[in-house]
Amino acid sequence: MCLAIPGKIIEIDNKKEHAIVDYGEGTKRRANVSLVNVNIGDYVLVHAGFAIQVLDEEEARETLDLFREMLSEEDT
Amino acid sequence: MFSLRDKQLAKEIVLKIKKSDVQLKFMHVCGTHQDTLVKHGLDVLLKECGIEIGQGPGCPVCVTTPKEIEEMLLLAQNGKVVATFGDMINVPGKKRSLQSMRTEGCDVRTVYGIEDAVSIAKENKDKEVVFMAVGFETTAPTTASVLMGKPPDNFSILNCHRVVPPALKTILDMGEIKIDGLIEPGHVSTIIGLKPYEFISSEYHVPQVVAGFEPLDLLMASWMLVKQIKHGEPSIENEYTRVVSPDGNVKAQKVIREVFTLGDIKWRGFPVIGESSLELRNEFEKYDARKRYEDELEPLVNKEFKEPKGCKCGELLRGLLSPKDCPLFGTRCTPDKPVGPCMVSMEGSCNIEYKYTKK
Repeated sequence: MCLAIPGKIIEIDNKKEHAIVDYGEGTKRRANVSLVNVNIGDYVLVHAGFAIQVLDEEEARETLDLFREMLSEEDT
Repeated sequence: MFSLRDKQLAKEIVLKIKKSDVQLKFMHVCGTHQDTLVKHGLDVLLKECGIEIGQGPGCPVCVTTPKEIEEMLLLAQNGKVVATFGDMINVPGKKRSLQSMRTEGCDVRTVYGIEDAVSIAKENKDKEVVFMAVGFETTAPTTASVLMGKPPDNFSILNCHRVVPPALKTILDMGEIKIDGLIEPGHVSTIIGLKPYEFISSEYHVPQVVAGFEPLDLLMASWMLVKQIKHGEPSIENEYTRVVSPDGNVKAQKVIREVFTLGDIKWRGFPVIGESSLELRNEFEKYDARKRYEDELEPLVNKEFKEPKGCKCGELLRGLLSPKDCPLFGTRCTPDKPVGPCMVSMEGSCNIEYKYTKK
């Protein structure tokens, strides 16, 4: 139910209410983007037809480094 | 876009947990977490490290009560076009499911989200369309947003939305199960942020970590909980920083507040949980199927519906049992012929256990 899938915004309508999201491998679908502030090219997390979060690709890439840092600083 | 996989790092985390020499019981409240745990064998791996992880009431379809299912079935029987998520269609009521009613000629539609249901209403002006609005904080803003956009008059919702933190409080208050740490759901937290969980650590002294859905996320979250326990400093931490911000999605929270107000509601397997439902505010009452079809639903008002005979979904949702503890699991209850909702929903622990271990 709370499953959310990441995709890339490739088109936005004039009212900034709906966008076309590219999920890769040829899958494109309309999503409501009224719950987030987005621009074309942004990655979003889509749940039940609504984008619920904008993803920061750079931050995602840093996740592994963050994990490594947390592991190395710990004595547990 | 990006895959969070690193075998070496996973090994390092497991080693850290093993070295910490613990015997702990964690609960999570998300079907997608359960799927990752079972699919990748992390539940078994962590058990070998002294950590048992089980699913609590983290499946919106599963916690929807038998009475709410009967309400939907009655509306379908009375000629409404009933639209809802795929999982809901197969949940058995007392004698039937939406799926079985569909084969009898009732108009039951599977939709991906509430906007699809509104489209059905727009395309069928001569029909009454009811959307069964199930879901936690992740889904509630989608319902709220649509209602604020003034859907057509032939559209209404059977509101079954619930919020997660009060259920966690209830589990801790009931005290039936020892919980050393909670793994909080990543996408509910995407909306609500970290603050609504704080009282659990400050008042109940239970460590919590919001986690993502990759195997590494859940290993890391487990280790973060171990760390909190070792240090004796329970708090709410965020492992899923690439998605969840401490404040959550403020825009979505505002939309929820504008449309809903908190109310009390029963959850399957639980008593009534205070302030755990999202009730429609007065200005949105015209979209409330329970008000609109009050007369039709009247026969159900004072009726109590029991759990299916022998079904252990209630105990499972309270974290007291695992799917394989249920005598019906894989015998009388299978995904093709489910007895309870935990075997129906893709978020249900029985369905997940069956999918990866029984076939």
